[in-house]
Amino acid sequence: MSWRDLPRGSTVLLAVIVLAALLVPLLSPYDYYTPSWDELDLGPALANGHVLGTDDLGRDLLVRLMWGCRISLLVALAASVTSLVIGVTWGVAAGYLGGRTDSVMMRIVDVLYSVPFIPFVIVLTVLFGRNIVLLFVAIGAVSWLDIARIVRGQTLSLKEREFVDAARIMGATAPAIMRRHLVPNLFGIVLAYLTLTIPTVILIEAFLSFLGLGAQAPLASLGSLIANGAAQMQSRPRLLICPAVLLALLVYCCNRIGDRLRDAVEGRAP
Amino acid sequence: MLAFVLRRLGTAIPTLFVIATLSFVLLHAAPGGPFDSDKVLLPEIQASIEAAYHLDEPVLQQYARYLGQLARGDLGPSFQYRNTSVNELIAQGLPIDLAIGGLALGVALLVGLPLGAFAALKRGSAWDRLALGVSLLGISVPVYVIAPVLVLVFAVTLQWLPAGDWGDGAPRHLVLPVLSLAAPYTAIIARLFRASLAEVLDAPYIRTARAKGLSWSTVVLRHASRPALLPIVSYLGPAAVGVITGSIVIETVFSLPGIGRFFVAGAFNRDYTLVMGVTLLYGVLIVIANLLADLCYALLDPRIRIR
Repeated sequence: MSWRDLPRGSTVLLAVIVLAALLVPLLSPYDYYTPSWDELDLGPALANGHVLGTDDLGRDLLVRLMWGCRISLLVALAASVTSLVIGVTWGVAAGYLGGRTDSVMMRIVDVLYSVPFIPFVIVLTVLFGRNIVLLFVAIGAVSWLDIARIVRGQTLSLKEREFVDAARIMGATAPAIMRRHLVPNLFGIVLAYLTLTIPTVILIEAFLSFLGLGAQAPLASLGSLIANGAAQMQSRPRLLICPAVLLALLVYCCNRIGDRLRDAVEGRAP
Repeated sequence: MLAFVLRRLGTAIPTLFVIATLSFVLLHAAPGGPFDSDKVLLPEIQASIEAAYHLDEPVLQQYARYLGQLARGDLGPSFQYRNTSVNELIAQGLPIDLAIGGLALGVALLVGLPLGAFAALKRGSAWDRLALGVSLLGISVPVYVIAPVLVLVFAVTLQWLPAGDWGDGAPRHLVLPVLSLAAPYTAIIARLFRASLAEVLDAPYIRTARAKGLSWSTVVLRHASRPALLPIVSYLGPAAVGVITGSIVIETVFSLPGIGRFFVAGAFNRDYTLVMGVTLLYGVLIVIANLLADLCYALLDPRIRIR
């Protein structure tokens, strides 16, 4: 796996979106929450500094979009990292320890698989409703099942390799072998699945925010911007189209990159 | 066959138990109760309301009471919709969800399969690329974008169809919700079927069938499509799950009185029994959907034995 495995267009586009999400709110004179009654509903124009225009409360659309991007990316990272930590630990432990431990652990994964995911996430919003980052840590805590399965499969083949035997002969304990020898070797596949988990979580966040269960006003995420735009699309279609396109681009880029990384890790030609 | 179905339903019981327990624990760990409101009630009234819904009992006792009710198929009274049980709310909403979800899956199959077959038969042509492009669009645009856009085009601008409302299930009122819900699954089914049919068409036995002098249409319909359908069938389980949860958004956009709306409202209002009941119902629906998909799979593929 190297830089060359990355699809060039998608990577550059994703980098541009991320950079813009980080920089635009810093550089723009506008913020995402102050209504400006003199500038309601301006069309896109370069002259007044509102590149994409303003929304129905006079707030700069570009800045709100980029804040939405920030929130979406932040919660996606929080959830993905949580699911990775749990999934990798669970998968390596099940795969390496094997035997009865393995079958009990994977049986638990099987049962959790049939828990209806989206409704369950909505139940979680009742618990964490007011703190969106905590909410997504919780979502990560219930979405580690795929990772655990894949990591377990990889571990099963890795643990038969000579370097694991060598480590064991040198007296390394099971936790040390898992941490020092197995986990680093899983880096590639884990990175690939991280880039595939992020877009999934972005979509879940947008789904929740669309229903009003995610980011709370005046804070915006891509989902709440879409919901907001959908409510007034007759008069201002721009407010729906901009966040929808941005969301689609973001998800598409992440999926492309993740697919290519996975192909590279699994030794398949793209 | 019957034994297989019964055993599968048997393994669903622990799953449903886990769902019930998890949602019970999470909802009771949540800060604030269902009867906290801006109006300050007299302490005695507050206490008597909580007593009426057994919220004053120790949590373990409430849990035991809830499981006992579940065993009898009773999901309990709704906290927010006074004098209505969760069972009654579900009985009201479920037919709407089933109608929309079933129709959406039907549309997805009816449009997606021919589209995929068409692309596979014309592989590499401009039509193939067009079909792939359209389906890529369907995949990368989520339901909560498709639905408002369809409303904008067909209800607001063209004024051909109503923008929302159930309208007692009149076909005019069903078109937009069903289309929005079906769009992503149509796209995925088309892509899956294109890939699997293209692969099957390259198999040696297809060349043999052609060499015997059978017509192209017979070969595609009788020999190629059956094995090519297998990936579609195994996708039907996840698709059904997606349609069930996707209908939550659809109901919000089109203001349909289905379960999804009760569910979201319940999550807002901390209507514990309603949220737990609907989560369980979704669990049951998912179990049934996956079971049906497995049975279809076995019907299509003679190599699979149901035991």
